[in-house]
Amino acid sequence: MIKGNTKANRTAKWLVSGPPLLFLLVFFVAPSLIMLFTSLRLPGEFGGLAPIAAPAEAVHGEYGLTLETYQFFFSDILYAEIFLKSFAVAAASTLICLIMAYPLALLIARSEKRFRNLMVLLVVLPFASNFLIRIYAWMIILGPESVFSHFINAFLGAFGIAPVTLLFSPFAVLVGMVYVHLPFMVLPLYTNLEKHDPALLDAAQDLGANAWQRFWRVTWPLSLPGVFSGAALVFIPVLGMFAVPDILGGTGDILIGNLIKDQFLGTRDWPFGSTLSIMLTLAVLAITGLAAWFARPATIAER
Amino acid sequence: MALLEIHNVTRRFGDFTAVDNVSISIKAGEFFTLLGPSGCGKTTLLRMIAGFDLPDSGQILLDGKDMVGTPPEKRPIHTVFQSYALFPHMTVADNIAFPLKMAGTTPDEIRSRVREAMDDVRLSNFGNRFPQELSGGQKQRVAFARGLVNRPRLLLLDEPLGALDAKLREEMQIELINLQKERGVTFVFITHAQNEALALSHRIAVMNQGKIEQLDEPSRIYGFPRNRFVADFIGKISIMNAQVLETAPSHLTLSVAGLGEVTAPSKEDVKVGDTGVLAIRPEQVRISHHAEEVELKNHFIGKVQGFLYVGDVTTYIVELPNGARIEALLPNSAPGRAKFFEAGDPVAVSWRHDAGTFLND
Repeated sequence: MIKGNTKANRTAKWLVSGPPLLFLLVFFVAPSLIMLFTSLRLPGEFGGLAPIAAPAEAVHGEYGLTLETYQFFFSDILYAEIFLKSFAVAAASTLICLIMAYPLALLIARSEKRFRNLMVLLVVLPFASNFLIRIYAWMIILGPESVFSHFINAFLGAFGIAPVTLLFSPFAVLVGMVYVHLPFMVLPLYTNLEKHDPALLDAAQDLGANAWQRFWRVTWPLSLPGVFSGAALVFIPVLGMFAVPDILGGTGDILIGNLIKDQFLGTRDWPFGSTLSIMLTLAVLAITGLAAWFARPATIAER
Repeated sequence: MALLEIHNVTRRFGDFTAVDNVSISIKAGEFFTLLGPSGCGKTTLLRMIAGFDLPDSGQILLDGKDMVGTPPEKRPIHTVFQSYALFPHMTVADNIAFPLKMAGTTPDEIRSRVREAMDDVRLSNFGNRFPQELSGGQKQRVAFARGLVNRPRLLLLDEPLGALDAKLREEMQIELINLQKERGVTFVFITHAQNEALALSHRIAVMNQGKIEQLDEPSRIYGFPRNRFVADFIGKISIMNAQVLETAPSHLTLSVAGLGEVTAPSKEDVKVGDTGVLAIRPEQVRISHHAEEVELKNHFIGKVQGFLYVGDVTTYIVELPNGARIEALLPNSAPGRAKFFEAGDPVAVSWRHDAGTFLND
């Protein structure tokens, strides 16, 4: 490591870290502050925001700053329910993605080197076509006249269960979420698993570990950084996603993403939309903080 | 009964025969070394003993029981890997405890055995460290402790000292000898470093192209190499073409082109008329000023061609009248002096009647 104690080194450090810091400042910190400010303002009569100071000409309407939107958020249990439901959907999508992606990532990481890039390419291939088109395709697959629906209902019918509608249901939302985000789980997992030293598995086997023990005591703990980055890459976007519930979900399947979108594009209540966004950001930060706390390297003394 | 019996084991990869009809029998408590250049088949043989690879034909018996069909995790054989293969997510203590946990040892027993193992390798205070916080030598000792803690019948060591610098390697060699003696565990060590093999082993099998060239004690391997490969591979040796003139119970008389008659120790299976080489170690060759004109056996006049100073000794390369080159070694007993002869000096070289070996072609 370079010791940063000479003047030239310090300058170099700032030159290297300056541009990304500036980028974050302009495109993350500033918008967050703008949003925080917006959440404290009042909605304008026809959308947008009401002025902060009293306007010169006496127009009717409200102006100034207020905490009303936060009050509103906490006064109605409906919002807490939607938050909880969104977190549940995000958690379920993350878990399903993990279960589906792990064997695939392991397969790619352990296949011959010359096939690996091709397999990774296949994983990201869906990105080549438009996101909305792919979601609409699921409308057809899950639709009542699809082969898939007929097959499922024939299967259920054999056990005397009434036919089900797959589309416009929480199930369809989950399918869409998992489908869209699966590659974001596969890639970090693969990147991690690919770097594992095969000698470690030989050593574990040599020292008496069977196949399950080799996975559980060597591969799995070493892959945790990949699991955590994959989980973050799925969990956080699912929380904010509104297109999938819009297209595949029913009227009752509203998630935070839809709620926020409606505030800006539907009811045109920008301050409340900003409040919801801030609450979402805080919740995500809290969860990431908790995850980081649990994932910290354990020492013997704490066991 | 031998602890490990390798019976006519052959392993092929395509048309390449990695291990070619090898038979070895290793006694309990032995420090046995497989020595050979890279690609000689020693690693393949080791992997078959560990169970990571299976022979195409032949048998591997441990305590008289055939090991084919027993997977590596079920064999009472542990390996110290070349790269150490310590688990990076586990502390030193957890690494050493691993084989005990796999064997279902009770937590109390694990704790005391791990402590004992760490004491043995002088790492008592390192239990909470992670492998990446250790030096090369310390990692090496953790790997030894982990391999020995569950008292395997056999410990395989795959070039474990290869990554260490020369000084540390010598220290670890001594430690390894002591560890093996104290623990009484049978070691099968593989290396391509001949001095390491000579220093550590009770017996050495010299391997080349999948076959065993010679299997013997270190001093016999060095002193009586069986063929040209072994002679060349182990230590330094000068070689001259020779033909057998006469065989006597005490010695052989050889004819070396340009030198005339030379004697060498007698050897079985050598007939008059056989051709081959006379091989002689540099430390067996005496070098002196050629003032005295004596008619002795194995005494020749030559000219110093060059020399190699390495501190404790200097090797002189002497050209004989027949054009052959012979190396002679002298300890540097005079401080600050690198050589006793200059290039171009006429010198006499000689060797005892029992030095040198005749090797058939």
